[in-house]
Amino acid sequence: MRIGLFIPCYIDAFFPKVGIATLELLERFGHDVDYPRDQTCCGQPMANSGFNAECADTEALFVRNFSGFDYVVSPSGSCVHHVRDNFDAIEQTDEVKEVRARTFELVEFLHDILKVDAFPWARFPHRVGLHNSCGTLRGLKHALPSELHEPFFSKPIDLLSKVDGIEFVRPARPDECCGFGGTFSVFEEVVSTKMGYDKVSDHAQAGAEYIVSADSSCLMHQRGCAERIGVPMKFIHIAQILNGASA
Amino acid sequence: MSTIRERIDSAMLHPELRAEGDPDAIIRDGRRLDHAEGTSKPLRPAPEPQPRGAKVRGNRPIDQQEAAARFIAATEHEKMHDERLWDLRQKRDREMHGIPEWEELRSLASAIKEHTLTHLDGYLDQFEANARSNGIHVHWARDAAEHNQIVHGILSDHGATSLIKSKSMLTEECGFRPYMASVGIEVIETDLGERIQQLDNEDPSHVVVPAVHKLRTDVAEVFSRTIGTDPGNSDVHYLAEAQREATRPLILNADAGMTGANFVVAETGTFVVCTNEGNADLSANVPKLHIASIGIEKIIPRLEHLAVFVRLLSRSALGSPMTQYTSHFRGPRAGGEMHVVLVDNGRSERLGLEEFWTSLKCIRCGACMNTCPVYRRSGGLSYGATYSGPIGLIIDPTFNARKYSNLPFASSLNGSCTNVCPVKINIHEQIYAWRRVLVKQHEVPFVKKAAMKAAGVLLSRPAAYRAAIAAADTALAHLPRFVIYNGLNAWGKHREVPHPPKQTFHSWYHANRGAKR
Repeated sequence: MRIGLFIPCYIDAFFPKVGIATLELLERFGHDVDYPRDQTCCGQPMANSGFNAECADTEALFVRNFSGFDYVVSPSGSCVHHVRDNFDAIEQTDEVKEVRARTFELVEFLHDILKVDAFPWARFPHRVGLHNSCGTLRGLKHALPSELHEPFFSKPIDLLSKVDGIEFVRPARPDECCGFGGTFSVFEEVVSTKMGYDKVSDHAQAGAEYIVSADSSCLMHQRGCAERIGVPMKFIHIAQILNGASA
Repeated sequence: MSTIRERIDSAMLHPELRAEGDPDAIIRDGRRLDHAEGTSKPLRPAPEPQPRGAKVRGNRPIDQQEAAARFIAATEHEKMHDERLWDLRQKRDREMHGIPEWEELRSLASAIKEHTLTHLDGYLDQFEANARSNGIHVHWARDAAEHNQIVHGILSDHGATSLIKSKSMLTEECGFRPYMASVGIEVIETDLGERIQQLDNEDPSHVVVPAVHKLRTDVAEVFSRTIGTDPGNSDVHYLAEAQREATRPLILNADAGMTGANFVVAETGTFVVCTNEGNADLSANVPKLHIASIGIEKIIPRLEHLAVFVRLLSRSALGSPMTQYTSHFRGPRAGGEMHVVLVDNGRSERLGLEEFWTSLKCIRCGACMNTCPVYRRSGGLSYGATYSGPIGLIIDPTFNARKYSNLPFASSLNGSCTNVCPVKINIHEQIYAWRRVLVKQHEVPFVKKAAMKAAGVLLSRPAAYRAAIAAADTALAHLPRFVIYNGLNAWGKHREVPHPPKQTFHSWYHANRGAKR
């Protein structure tokens, strides 16, 4: 199976380890993973702010980069949510529809497509608080949100539970938004950071050493908030744990 | 023989602590010298003043973020507000878990509303005919002004100069109280929270709990100013009792009563009002004249449909199984008169908006507000509009796209609102859609537009993008702190910027997998 690896702009620039872990993890399962060099972004920052016309060229570039792969996989829930559910600034040709339908977020790819049942190399003897980003939770439906009365499921917990030594803590408001929200984080920065302070404090109070998430953007925001108010907390992407990072 | 108390007083008490008229008291400059410790009051900081809402300047766009920042700066208010509403959300969850068919109920409620809204004219006609045969006078109001004039006309016909009313978001929408004040009719709100807001000359901040943004010390301040309570006494029972004593005579002597309606039933020509204080029943039943102002979207076809909504309404709103009072109104009492004013005020137009018409399904439960992390931290008054919170973000721009152009951006698009909505309005998707509409209508600030255009250009050109990433990382790694953390960097005002790595993923890949295509 040929996989196109999509590493969104902020992961490329600030969290290369997340990209490396994703790549290595997919390679561990024996897949041919390629990283198209001309990739930049999915267009979400503009679309999220209402500027749909402004993201047409970026979306077109995305399709040029990722057309023809069996799957496109990315370690970023919100970007995949954009590609799958909102990516409509360009004409919806068969090629565009195909790329959109074949784009998966890493957790759902491992859980639903590869159906991975073990990560024998992974051991993470720490107390972690899981942060389901809103893009993965309510957009991609990684897990059951607390607002709905349906049978419980959680793909990230299914995967993380296969990691040796891991221990979960339960924050008081497990699926409250952390306040990142894309451009919301800068255009409405006061509310955004207050939400971030509350989020990291909630996890700290629950006893988490690490906040783990399938979205580095939320983690980037939360880390900035924790450092500003002095909450001692470590942050790690789920790809890193599943790939065997020990701390 | 003196009592033990007297002996203790004379022998052991410091003379300054003795009672008034005490012969041993020390008098200086004609005033009794008090024992400083004995008469001191406990050290308590002055209560935190209530942050006020958004600054409204005519038609200029409301700056929600500015008002939200002031609310967050009032830490006691913000904390109380967030926790109180989160508590309602948790109670809602508990009630939901007690109803196995909850999701089915939501689907049913949504389907009933969608059916009714797509056959609105027929059901409204049916209601009108049935209501008339029940002895109700039915009026139609195209907009807020027409509504206010119709009600004024009815009151004038009866020589009424005072009106008691229960809470109604529709009358807020219509600017009803200021209008009545301008024509010399006294309006008395009978809902406690709404009365507090009326006395404070402030809009409701929430559709169900209108004074939820106030601490009890704020209420003590308002009541001391308006009904003469002790400003230092913020005991809840004391304040509630004082308000009751002050308002009850006004209620008993009012010339007319007004309610809204939660539901209007077409097949019976009746309407239903849900309250927890029984205040709608006071408003409707004390005076002989009852006027009900009702938005046209409140209609449901049959009485049996009501059961679906009544099961959802209070559970979603307050996390209680049912409102204390669910009152059905069928017609005037003997010797009385009942009027219903059916109000459009932009609803027909909204019904024609392809992306936004389902917002008319709203039953005003406020669940989306209670769950909204932005609303809980901003306070409802920060929206500067009749409807605040998630539902406000998608309704307010239909009234005035320019004035409320910032509101759809006051959301992290987390989607919790959509999931709690008992009638399944896709609220966060409509917020997203409004952003597109407002950008198309040029209702966004130039700076934002320029930034987004530039981002669009950069992100579609790989070479230029590569150069920019390298420069950004270099800048973060080498620039002094004051250059990164200044007023222009919205990211860095209240949080740290990311730590730049030694190498981007891109360059790592080139170095480690470079042999690949």
